Amino acid sequence: MEAPPTSRVNYLNASYGVKSWLFTTDHKRIALLYLASITVMFFVGGIAATLMRFHLVQPEGALVQPDTYNKLFTIHGVVMVFFFLVPSIPATLGNFLVPMMIGARDLAFPRINLLSWYIYIVGAGFTLYAIMTGGVDTGWTFYTPFSSNYAHTQVIATALGVFITGFSSILTGLNFIVTIHKMRAPGLTWFRLPLFIWSMYATSVIFILGTPVIAITLFLLGLERLLHVGIFDPAIGGDPLLFQHLFWFYSHPAVYIMILPGMGVISELITAFSKKKIFGYTFVAFSSMAIAVLSFLVWGHHMFVTGQSVYAGLIFSVLSFMVAIPSAIKVFNWTATLYKGSISYQAPMLYALGFIGLFTMGGLTGLFLASLATDVHLNGTYFIVAHFHYIMVGGAVMAYLGGIHFWWPKITGKLYPDGWARLAAAIIFVGFNLTFFPQFVLGYLGMPRRYAVYPPEFQVLNVMSSAGASILAVGYLIPLIYLTWSIRYGPAASANPWGAKGLEWETPSPPPTENFEEIPIVTEEAYAYAEGRTAHV
Amino acid sequence: MRKGARRMSETVSSGLPAHAERHHVGHGPELRHHFEEAEQQHEASTLGMWVFLATEILFFGGLFTAYTIYRSFYLPGFEAGSRLLDVKAGAANTAVLIGSSFTMASAVHAAQTGKRKLLVTCLILTMILGCVFLGIKYTEYAEHWHEFQVPGLHWDSAATFFKNAPNGSVELFFCFYFFMTGLHAVHMIIGLGIMTVMLILSWRGRFAEKYFSPIEISGLYWHFVDIIWIFLFPLLYLIGGRYQ
Amino acid sequence: MTGHVVSMRLYLMIFIALLALTALTTAVAYVDLGEMNTVVALLIAVIKMSLVVLFFMHVKYSSGLIRVVVLAGFFWLAIMLTFTLADELTRGWTGNPHGWGPAISSSQKP
Repeated sequence: MEAPPTSRVNYLNASYGVKSWLFTTDHKRIALLYLASITVMFFVGGIAATLMRFHLVQPEGALVQPDTYNKLFTIHGVVMVFFFLVPSIPATLGNFLVPMMIGARDLAFPRINLLSWYIYIVGAGFTLYAIMTGGVDTGWTFYTPFSSNYAHTQVIATALGVFITGFSSILTGLNFIVTIHKMRAPGLTWFRLPLFIWSMYATSVIFILGTPVIAITLFLLGLERLLHVGIFDPAIGGDPLLFQHLFWFYSHPAVYIMILPGMGVISELITAFSKKKIFGYTFVAFSSMAIAVLSFLVWGHHMFVTGQSVYAGLIFSVLSFMVAIPSAIKVFNWTATLYKGSISYQAPMLYALGFIGLFTMGGLTGLFLASLATDVHLNGTYFIVAHFHYIMVGGAVMAYLGGIHFWWPKITGKLYPDGWARLAAAIIFVGFNLTFFPQFVLGYLGMPRRYAVYPPEFQVLNVMSSAGASILAVGYLIPLIYLTWSIRYGPAASANPWGAKGLEWETPSPPPTENFEEIPIVTEEAYAYAEGRTAHV
Repeated sequence: MRKGARRMSETVSSGLPAHAERHHVGHGPELRHHFEEAEQQHEASTLGMWVFLATEILFFGGLFTAYTIYRSFYLPGFEAGSRLLDVKAGAANTAVLIGSSFTMASAVHAAQTGKRKLLVTCLILTMILGCVFLGIKYTEYAEHWHEFQVPGLHWDSAATFFKNAPNGSVELFFCFYFFMTGLHAVHMIIGLGIMTVMLILSWRGRFAEKYFSPIEISGLYWHFVDIIWIFLFPLLYLIGGRYQ
Repeated sequence: MTGHVVSMRLYLMIFIALLALTALTTAVAYVDLGEMNTVVALLIAVIKMSLVVLFFMHVKYSSGLIRVVVLAGFFWLAIMLTFTLADELTRGWTGNPHGWGPAISSSQKP
């Protein structure tokens, strides 16, 4: 029996006023600060995508000049990668849940947590400034020598924005690593941790070891642009490909930063909505770590056709096949978890099931790209675009939405309307596939990416893709409406509306500022659901 | 995990009071409220600084990687450029930084053993040596500027042309010289800022045997900056030897 | 909560060793050892770094976790170096007449 939320003190009503939010050190409030910011950036990047898809309904381009088109796809990439996908789950759900799932009162360094948000805001500010004062047209990959020597757009401002935001990631990763090592509740051994924590840890390892390299790379790019000479400049013997090596050393692991947290969310959703413990816990946990490590060994597969040595290409190709294995292990384990589970189909589960299917498709298509011979044909085409959108949107964004819905009652103390949520999930699923499946075909047929115009024979598929994009946009707007509505008008949520296992569900919804009255003592394994009709596997 | 199990047995078997009462027992104001014990907080801050230093290894590492590649391609040019650097200044700076690491380690020792005056003295000495380093660096930079050896800003190819060194490769070397020592100098300046804060807090008697973690982790940062220079000296100043 | 207190005497000895190694590396640069000049210089640098890491930074007395963090940093740097060099140094191996390699040659004048 608990008091109605409005009369109980929780982290949302413990203090009022703008200052209590802007100077908070409560990880839960910081998570909400991030949630608001990245939602804004998601729509900035989404507007760029909408304009692109409008433009591409006609072969000669329907909307903008080619130079502007270049700016659109660059802005879409920069904003979506660095300002939405990379921070999305870690900075929102991670910040909120990591201390709660391990039975701690906050992260190890709460003030650094707040600092990381302010750093994000400053970085986003520079990037938005760049967008509003002419944009940038180099592609989110900033390849030299175009970016260092020939582009007449806001390269430095954008690079500076990304550079600054990188430190936000580094501080978040640092906080998570120290917290998970040093602040677990008594009895919470490593192998009793929720798999979401394992994925946050693995993601943090990548944050720490990868992000500094993009920082120095963009720093060097900025210097070269300012000084008109630098280490990537062929005129003094520089190698433009070196930029690519340094860039992709981070940016490939970055894509695993974008998917690993999603995988962690899926492990939580699949178990909660099958009422069954995860199949192969140890395999899933170690797969997260394996992905984090292997992700650093494959970056050259982005450079197969740019002039890299074929011998290096061979090594990177083999390793790229290997990195698919731990991801596949996870998919098998999630599927096995479903087997003989007591499955219910609320919105978070729909997102989770959608993830498994779409991520698998995205992952499998990556194998065509890992293979040197086929990559020669597919590189630089829409096949690549489809591949990574299946993983990033069909995978990461759906996991993000599933997680937001699943933990929404805990975060806000309110229930959202599940009927509308399931409708939105279905619309997103349909819209997504209509947008991106035609792009596989387009790429196979040879339509290049980053082109403002295309041969007329590709028009039908492009129109299908744009139609799908409009459906997808509607699908994304619907949760914005009902989630916002639920904050004020939604029914109050109990501590554990889903009947899920995990320390976060043992606190009131919303939780008090200090999370736990008493630090819990953990005595059971993760996902210790009652073994009803489940077979013992 | 052992830690978790140990604490569980402590709380369960030793009959310690509930958290609300335990909270006010046996710790000073420096214990932040989200930590259970001072030891936990100390370990967390040390681990946090080491994780940050790992990021710094990768940050400078990008420059070291690029340097390695170009040195392997353009050794004659890198040798020529290296010989234009002042070895005496570089060696002196190396000695100065090593000295500052010694005084920094002594400062940590002083904090650990509760010797406030020694702590303050060692911090001041560390900062003085840091400033000496930057001073020597400045004179070197001024000399390079005077000799038109600053790429992009004040460069004369004819003045730095060397037979057998591919055209441009000396300028490439100097790009590395300025980028690497410049980035290092920025880290030194930040280090001096950190030391200023530590000095003020030490002067006020903030640190003693029970609580010296900020001094310790500031020291870790300072030693790291020293280590970067330990590599920069041979890699920039001693390429190809000085025997010709 | 004192942690391990290292004696001032040990610090002094390490300091002197570091100074000596600095003098050594500078002196060796004036001796013609050919290829070995670079090897010796790097070796001395690694030894100096190890002394600072182990003693000044207390890693010798630190937990296994700290050592893993230190090693991970260097190991990842090694990954970056190795794989990038694997490309840069092997581009000329295919015998392609327009093959890759340094963009400029020594025959050019300024």
